[in-house]
Amino acid sequence: MKTTLKIAWRNIWRTPLRSLIVIGSIVLGIWAGIFVVAFCYGLNKQRTTSSIESAISHIQIHHPEFRQNFEGKFVLEEPKALKETLENEEGVKAYAFRSLLFGMINSPIKSNGVQIIGVHKDEEKKVTNLHSKITAGTYFETKRKNAILIGEALAEKLKVRLRSKVVLTFQDQENNIISGAFRVCGIFKTQYTKYDENHVFIQNKDLHRLLKTESYHQAALLSHSLEDVDETTHSLESKLKNYDVKDWKRISPELAYADEVMETWLFLIMIIIMLALIFGIINTMLMAVFERRKELGMLMAIGMNKSKVFMLILTETLLLSLVGAPSGMLLGALTIKITSQTGIDLSVVGDGLQSVGLGNIIYPVIDPWFYAFISILVFVFTLISAIYPSKKALKLKPTEAIRTL
Amino acid sequence: MEIIKTKNLSKLYKNNELEVLAVDGVSLSIRQGEFTAIVGPSGSGKTTLLNMIGGLDAISDGSVEIAGTNINSMNENELIDFRLKNIGFVFQAYNLIPVLTAKENVEFIMLLQGISPEERKKRSEELLTQVGLEDKFNVRPNQLSGGQQQRVAVARALASRPRFILADEPTANLDSQSTSKLLDIMAEMNKKENITFLFSTHDQRVIDKARRIVTIEDGKIISDEVR
Ligand SMILES: Nc1ncnc2c1ncn2[C@@H]1O[C@H](COP(=O)(O)OP(=O)(O)OP(=O)(O)O)[C@@H](O)[C@H]1O
Ligand SMILES: [Mg+2]
Repeated sequence: MKTTLKIAWRNIWRTPLRSLIVIGSIVLGIWAGIFVVAFCYGLNKQRTTSSIESAISHIQIHHPEFRQNFEGKFVLEEPKALKETLENEEGVKAYAFRSLLFGMINSPIKSNGVQIIGVHKDEEKKVTNLHSKITAGTYFETKRKNAILIGEALAEKLKVRLRSKVVLTFQDQENNIISGAFRVCGIFKTQYTKYDENHVFIQNKDLHRLLKTESYHQAALLSHSLEDVDETTHSLESKLKNYDVKDWKRISPELAYADEVMETWLFLIMIIIMLALIFGIINTMLMAVFERRKELGMLMAIGMNKSKVFMLILTETLLLSLVGAPSGMLLGALTIKITSQTGIDLSVVGDGLQSVGLGNIIYPVIDPWFYAFISILVFVFTLISAIYPSKKALKLKPTEAIRTL
Repeated sequence: MEIIKTKNLSKLYKNNELEVLAVDGVSLSIRQGEFTAIVGPSGSGKTTLLNMIGGLDAISDGSVEIAGTNINSMNENELIDFRLKNIGFVFQAYNLIPVLTAKENVEFIMLLQGISPEERKKRSEELLTQVGLEDKFNVRPNQLSGGQQQRVAVARALASRPRFILADEPTANLDSQSTSKLLDIMAEMNKKENITFLFSTHDQRVIDKARRIVTIEDGKIISDEVR
């Protein structure tokens, strides 16, 4: 075994350039694989946090039937009692009551369907970061009635500016059409261009005046941390039997499943990288076997048996990836260590990414188990790629060595 | 005692429609300690005959017995094992593993035989000294001359303590000085240690040193002369 290893190792360096090219491609392939994976995880994580922070929060409470078709009549019952329960719940860091209505927004030029969200400005500030997304005007800092916050994308579409007048039209609980004139008090920009286009914020007190009733559809809560969400949800569920209590994973399952869906894709990407490497390795080893066919024939002639010849070629192949893989992993780990601190600024392509809800700076992250996974993957695939050249070597005839002319 | 015994040995090459009877009914006996040259013009079948005797090439007809063992019916793996234990080979070229030193090359065959490291070291140094390469233990083949490489190959062939050594044109690539040096070494091993050599050659100077000369033409033995 020691001699096999020695011969295999020296054989690799008989054609240093060729071996270095294969090793280099293994290093690059694994590095790229690790980086892509970490980048995608970073992307997902970023998307989740930004969704939670900008809109959905950790936990939402509704009338049990509200989420079935979002009808305005399913308001939160006994909001005062509910508020009290939330005040007394340990796990709740902050809460905000919202009214949700579908309606139209009209400017003198255009109209657009929107979700109208009625908020309490101080409550909302504690739960989401809408206030920090204001790019023009203020976050309801006005003494006037009927102030509205609209998204930058919507403002462009409606051709309205700060202090422009817009009209909101919607139905009350008895299906009467209600409309009200609002003045643009602030313009916000989140990471989701689409979201900005379809959501407007007004204050609950203005809405209640128009509806002539004081009701809410949703209570959005923040837990102390992402890890506490499950516990808080369970505790609230048991206390609020007549309400629908849901955590972010159930409110926005696509966020929770994104990791899983992505894992499938990443797995595929890794397999594709591995396949590319396999072809490189097979090609190199076939070349090596072909060039050394006389030598291998001689070895079999003098009495080296087939399993030993097989082991020799196998060892050579494994050595190639044994040199390449750890270097690739080290390089990958290093890259992630650095970029997870500095972040990767994507503002160059930022506008494109924003429309799908991504921020500009991505912080790659990776699970340590992934390195183990990659090690196994590389080992298995190298073994697979070693089989064909090794078998080819076994087909050589010892007489090849003697017939030199 | 007869170490090699062929009976009616024949080899028919079939390539497409073309058939070549390269060896045609050769019956040959070689005894322990003989120093035999197979001679004949190019294409007469020397290599083919040696390959069949050495268990490297399939036999078309007839039989080969090595020290009483018929090798006709052995499969490929059995033949490899048989060669390792019974036959030492010296080829015209590509004898050595390029990435191993002279000593490692000689040790390698003993490693295949499962001989202990101490024994391997001792014997490889001994043999390399005998073939006049005591100062080349740790030199790789590409830094040795053609003649020196062939001497390493002889040392390697001897290292496995075979029943006989088979050498197909061992001097074909050598100049006359290296040729006579190699032949002298082989002859000395034969005389001192009674090692059996069977080799093929074109070279008249090599033929002159042989003690038995088997001449073949068109795959048949046409003369068998002992001196
Ligand atoms: N693999 C093969 N397929 C077909 N014919 C072959 C093959 N090997 C050898 N022959 C033929 O068999 C005959 C004997 O060849 P062989 O190599 O044994 O001769 P040789 O005496 O060793 O010649 P040389 O002195 O040139 O080495 C030749 O006619 C050759 O063309
Ligand atoms: Mg020949």
